[in-house]
Amino acid sequence: MIQADVKLDTLGYFCPMPIIMTSKKIKELQLGQVLEVVSDDEGIKKDMPAWCQTTGHEMVGLEEDADQAKRVYKAFVRKAK
Amino acid sequence: MSTVQLEPSAALAELREAKPDRVTIVVLSGDMDRVMAAFIIATGAAAMGMQVTMFFTFWGLNAIRRRGTTSGARDWLRRMFGWLNKGGAELLPLSRFHFFGLGTGMMKRVMRQHRMPDVPELRQTAQDLGVRFIACTTSMGLMGITKDTLIEGIDQLAGVTTYLAEARQGSVNLFI
Repeated sequence: MIQADVKLDTLGYFCPMPIIMTSKKIKELQLGQVLEVVSDDEGIKKDMPAWCQTTGHEMVGLEEDADQAKRVYKAFVRKAK
Repeated sequence: MSTVQLEPSAALAELREAKPDRVTIVVLSGDMDRVMAAFIIATGAAAMGMQVTMFFTFWGLNAIRRRGTTSGARDWLRRMFGWLNKGGAELLPLSRFHFFGLGTGMMKRVMRQHRMPDVPELRQTAQDLGVRFIACTTSMGLMGITKDTLIEGIDQLAGVTTYLAEARQGSVNLFI
């Protein structure tokens, strides 16, 4: 279990909104803090690592919570610059 | 509720793979002629040893849907839309001279006479050559297209960030 400093809820938003919201939110964090992005868009599994690779932030982890109704993904990003 | 830890580094490793020539093709159109051009370029590039990724979005998704599948959405608006917009590479219309299927049928006949592969064949060839297929999750959601109505072998469901991370390393990036 990864401890996040700040949580960002993007449930119900499709790509590219979760990434755009992440890029805005990460500016509010201190260096080294971890942002947890909660999303139900499956694309986040690939998009968040790709975003981190491009921007230089660190992808700390990715979780998938499978409920009967829908899947929820949690991406953990550490502010690295 | 069950929580699964996923490995994000796998997605990163794919991007780090150092292959010199990358080709990315965004397939937005669902017209037979345009989709055919996309697959011809993809198979050609793959045959030349390039690493090819195709991103299917909006109407382009019809090329990688199972034949005749409709919308899996529950609301009537998207259901009706799905009923009008049936999937299947076999059913794609020509961008011009479709004439309720007549023109497209004639074009297919001419193609057969000239031993031109049709869209399903080209798609299969692309898959055989290792072309990666990515379906856009946003258009899938909008159009009520579910994962299980897509053909086998869709490598990923992803979005614009994945496309851009790949395209910035691409030597050929096309939008069709």
